Amino acid sequence: MEQNAAPAALAIRGLVKAYVRGKPVLNGITLDIASNGITAIIGPSGTGKSTLIRCINRLVEPTSGEIIFEGRNLATLNRRDLRAARRQIGMVFQEYNLVERLTVMENVLSGRLGYVTPFKAWLRRFPQSDIKEAYALLETVGLTAHAHARADALSGGQRQRVGIARALMQRPKLLLADEPTSSLDPKTSVEIMTLMRDLSGDRGIPAIVNIHNVELARRFATRIVGLSGGAVVFDGAPDALSDTYLKQIYGGESWLDGDGS
Amino acid sequence: MAWLLFAVYFVYALSRLELTPARFLAGLDYGYKFLTKLFPPDFHRWDLLLKGLKESLEIAIIASVLGLMVSLPVSLLAARNLMPAWVTWPARLVMVICRSFHPVIIAILFVKAVGFGALAGILALTVASLGFLGKLFTEAIEEISLKQVEAVRATGAPFMSVIAYGVLPQVFSRFIGFASYELDSNLRNSTMVGIVGAGGIGGTLFAAFQRFDYDFVCAIILSIIGMIIVGEVLTNAMKKVFRA
Repeated sequence: MEQNAAPAALAIRGLVKAYVRGKPVLNGITLDIASNGITAIIGPSGTGKSTLIRCINRLVEPTSGEIIFEGRNLATLNRRDLRAARRQIGMVFQEYNLVERLTVMENVLSGRLGYVTPFKAWLRRFPQSDIKEAYALLETVGLTAHAHARADALSGGQRQRVGIARALMQRPKLLLADEPTSSLDPKTSVEIMTLMRDLSGDRGIPAIVNIHNVELARRFATRIVGLSGGAVVFDGAPDALSDTYLKQIYGGESWLDGDGS
Repeated sequence: MAWLLFAVYFVYALSRLELTPARFLAGLDYGYKFLTKLFPPDFHRWDLLLKGLKESLEIAIIASVLGLMVSLPVSLLAARNLMPAWVTWPARLVMVICRSFHPVIIAILFVKAVGFGALAGILALTVASLGFLGKLFTEAIEEISLKQVEAVRATGAPFMSVIAYGVLPQVFSRFIGFASYELDSNLRNSTMVGIVGAGGIGGTLFAAFQRFDYDFVCAIILSIIGMIIVGEVLTNAMKKVFRA
């Protein structure tokens, strides 16, 4: 495809994941992710979008295949090297996954946990530079006033902003987002996607975003990957995603007419 | 049908133990005599009383702190949502064994093992605390949201930091509740282990009973009630401090 001008930030080769032996959810995925822009992954529920994203940082163990990041195959790293690799991969979740009983500030700082020793983490002793950066990030996402509120006191959109700040706090080289807007209303969804696009653009961090909403994918992604039945069935620019492809990805066509059924 | 069987067994058990109305009336008579001997309480030997109470309090507090310190790591090891089966099994077994016996039975074992005195009491109540707190802590850990843990893990945090940020904040306030409950329970148990020679006011109480010093017995019992009430006030205050 035409977007391969920049060197790949991530290369996935023949990735297979089978939760049950012989019934693969992902059936040999091969993808190169460029070093900038947002790659949206679309596809019907249960087709393995979440599994694909979670295989990259091995929150789910891949069954076979390679995931090349920063010159190393993540799929075969030992625990220690895996932790070092995870530090460079920020992740944003559908249900925000903030630690509810900690403050907003503590949640953002937890993005640095891969860099501070457990001893200092227990004592909540982060370097001054991290604390400064956390405040700067909170200002960027517009939550300075809530820095010392508990995470469970925030609204959905605010929590996802904290989630994004936590991911960026890692100074990642790759950003993963698993359905970041699926728990949010349409207006907030657009705000969150705008924030993700702007921040990953400003910092030059490539992002892979699972997304249900095809319109949001078209609007914010620089590239769309369509998954169906555990395989890539579309890979291209947003304006190349025609109804023919959508039918192929989601199956059927009555849902495209807009009168519901 | 089940109820009928139960009723038959109940009557059978009563007859086996020869619990007749006559026996009950005789018991009431003894009870009346005993009550008249209890009052008025005799606080003359207050130094002995105070020494026993102090020892009980020390046993309870030290055992609670030690029990808490041991329970934390053991309950983490026993939590099925964080650890593989080959780790949770031995940890659970340890807790079940600790919980199998009444503190007094454990105290008898420790008196034989390390000799009379407060050390045996402390060890016995520590073991009992581990069995009880460990179970409660483990259950609390198994109910946490793994999504929050997953997010902390995804940052590349080392295991102990995942515990500190992903697990403990979710269970902290419940742990405080359990720990203060255990302190309360240890206060009561520490007055009892003395009966088998494991230190504390229980020994004094038992000796007074055997010498038929019922007025001193009464003084001891009243003091124990006082100590438990004070303990309750303290643990409530502790909960309030940590809930804030």
